[in-house]
Amino acid sequence: MLDIFERRVRDKRVVTEQLTLLQQAGRTRAPMADHHCDLCGECVAACPASAISIEGDWSVDTGKCLFCGDCVPVCPRDAISFSAEVPAVSQRSSLVLRRNVPLPELKFQLREEARKVLGRSLNIREVDAGSCNGCEVEVNSLSNPIYDLERFGIKFVASPRHADMLLVTGPVTRNMLPALLKTYRATPEPRLVAAMGACAISGGPFGGTYATGSGVAEALPVDIFIPGCPPHQRTVVLALLEALGRL
Amino acid sequence: MRYYNVELLDSLPFPPFGYEERNGRLHLSVPDDLLRPLVSHLVRKEEGELSSLYHVPGENKVMALVLVPRHGIVVLESVLEGEGYPSLTPEVPAANWYEREMMEMSGVVPLDHPDPRPLHLHEWPRRAHPLSPSFDKAAKVPFTGEPHHYRKVEGEGILEVPVGPVHAGVIEPGHFRFSTAGEPILNLEVRLGYVHRGVERSLEGCPLNRALRLVERISGDNGVAHALAFCQAVEMANPVPERAQLLRCIYAEMERIYDHLGDIGGMATDVAFAVPAAEASALRERMLRLNARLTGHRLLWGAVAIGGAARDLDQEQRDLLEGAMVELGLAFEPLVDSLKGAPSFLDRVETTGVLSLPMAKDLRATGPVARASGWDRDTRRDFAYGAYGRLGFLVPVRREGDVLARLTVKVEEVRESISMVKQCLDHLREGELRSEVPAPEGFGLGLVEAPRGELAHCAHFKEGKIVRYKVRDPSFCNWPTMERAVLGNIVPDFPLINKSYNLSYAGNDL
Repeated sequence: MLDIFERRVRDKRVVTEQLTLLQQAGRTRAPMADHHCDLCGECVAACPASAISIEGDWSVDTGKCLFCGDCVPVCPRDAISFSAEVPAVSQRSSLVLRRNVPLPELKFQLREEARKVLGRSLNIREVDAGSCNGCEVEVNSLSNPIYDLERFGIKFVASPRHADMLLVTGPVTRNMLPALLKTYRATPEPRLVAAMGACAISGGPFGGTYATGSGVAEALPVDIFIPGCPPHQRTVVLALLEALGRL
Repeated sequence: MRYYNVELLDSLPFPPFGYEERNGRLHLSVPDDLLRPLVSHLVRKEEGELSSLYHVPGENKVMALVLVPRHGIVVLESVLEGEGYPSLTPEVPAANWYEREMMEMSGVVPLDHPDPRPLHLHEWPRRAHPLSPSFDKAAKVPFTGEPHHYRKVEGEGILEVPVGPVHAGVIEPGHFRFSTAGEPILNLEVRLGYVHRGVERSLEGCPLNRALRLVERISGDNGVAHALAFCQAVEMANPVPERAQLLRCIYAEMERIYDHLGDIGGMATDVAFAVPAAEASALRERMLRLNARLTGHRLLWGAVAIGGAARDLDQEQRDLLEGAMVELGLAFEPLVDSLKGAPSFLDRVETTGVLSLPMAKDLRATGPVARASGWDRDTRRDFAYGAYGRLGFLVPVRREGDVLARLTVKVEEVRESISMVKQCLDHLREGELRSEVPAPEGFGLGLVEAPRGELAHCAHFKEGKIVRYKVRDPSFCNWPTMERAVLGNIVPDFPLINKSYNLSYAGNDL
């Protein structure tokens, strides 16, 4: 173990990264069509999540989007690329990205009371309500030495009794619903709820069966929607900091 | 390719109704009352493994998939005459959970089943069966209010400790019911199903491109393995371009590497050994970023496609990958040394959570869990698929069956995977990325060694459409074995044992 310390000291390596500067690589950005798009509808047919619509103009619902990239190769005009900033917002309807329409100025309308009470710190209880564990992989990565979430005063706690916010993943399965509601009731007020990932926002690929609901908003009032499948660390942290009024 | 041996047919205690060879598999059709003796014979006398057991409601038949490494893959099908058939569980204990699942999901009755309680559906009405055609896929079923009956341990000083489904760490939901006397665990019952999303029913009639995206998300950190099994089932032994096979192999091994790094770090976390834990999670993060740079997705989703691979690696990416594998190899060894050189760590992991070999065989453990208990099985070698036949690799096996053995197996598998990725890069030649695959018809099988063990997808197609899709995640086999491995250990060691298994709740519950 000492040799690891030794190497660290020798390298003088700073491991943590400034998240606000972190570039998103690959399909962690949201898909967007550019001016070449002539609304032919090929991407609508190819989208496995029915997230794309061409009514009016090209738009994508990032609350449903699986970030799979199936829309890119089918486009005859090469108009779609993963280029848009992923919006994390407090209103479900603002997750729909339209071509040539900028994101809303005011992304979060959190209760003043919560902001006053929480100040600069946030304790999160993560609840898996039927996720595939992809979101858990990414939530766990948030605590690694590279993202090091605790330096922002945000940490994951073991009990809802200690939590200010529930970070819920998954479409809310029938079998998890009672446990989710109990966890919510055990969280002291003022409490926030964040829905993380396509399943938690819209039910995703699993929503609407005999065993699942279609997202957290059906069961609880949601304050923050964090899109992605799974959401990138940058999206999560920026959403949390912005919601707390710290950016 | 001919997998099975005529000797296997000769060895059967009685001739089956009919047999045929399909895509190298031996398909036997048997009457329902002979299913039990036949499967029992294959498992006990021929060292076979019960790999899957399920019901097809449309044709009212029970399918059993048995892997016999000496001979090949045997698929038994038995059309039921009524609603029931003699249960396999009394003679083949590994069939227990499969039959409980069949009872609730499609209403089949395995007669004389020793434990006919529901498995994954909570407080569910007895007459509703999600896989039966008359059941509405989107039906909202209210809770019956009937509590689950746990196995009771009674006596003076016996304490019942309920844990979950919401745990202290960031993990998936499941309920553990411990019965303890003092600190040692006398009994553990794992109750799962909290993540049951109705995957199998959702897949029925689902278009194939949509199904692939759904299958990738059955168990997120095994996404490549599930996608690969799905593609194998759809491709039905139609040829896949060589380049695509090698790329698939690279992605599958990359997945194994990041999964195992997470497990190794997790075991250090669970004994509060912070430095190697941080080191392992930083290494894992490096691999996840590498994944994103190679395929555009940190968890490698979307890298595999039906008929080949969806993401190609250009020269720059190949160099990047090769360099990263060399660096990983160099950074990995000090991490392992710091774990294995710490007596306080070894004290926690040695002789903790022992799974004996007979138990592993009876309950049919798979993957690193089975190999850590001395059972030398690996799908990549025994039923080589894709490019694995061309690669040289060792299958690490330990005999102790404790947490340290599982850790060691995973450590050695990371080394083998690094070597396999390098070999694949050496073999990689220019060529096609995908081939056209005809619409599937009949029975398709996907058999893949996922990071957690052998993964089986059994698909039934009709006119290119999925009519029944059975997913059997390796965790489904390994959960019952963990109930045994914790016995006699103290409750504070449970998280460590659980982490050394690192089972998927989502893959198990479906």
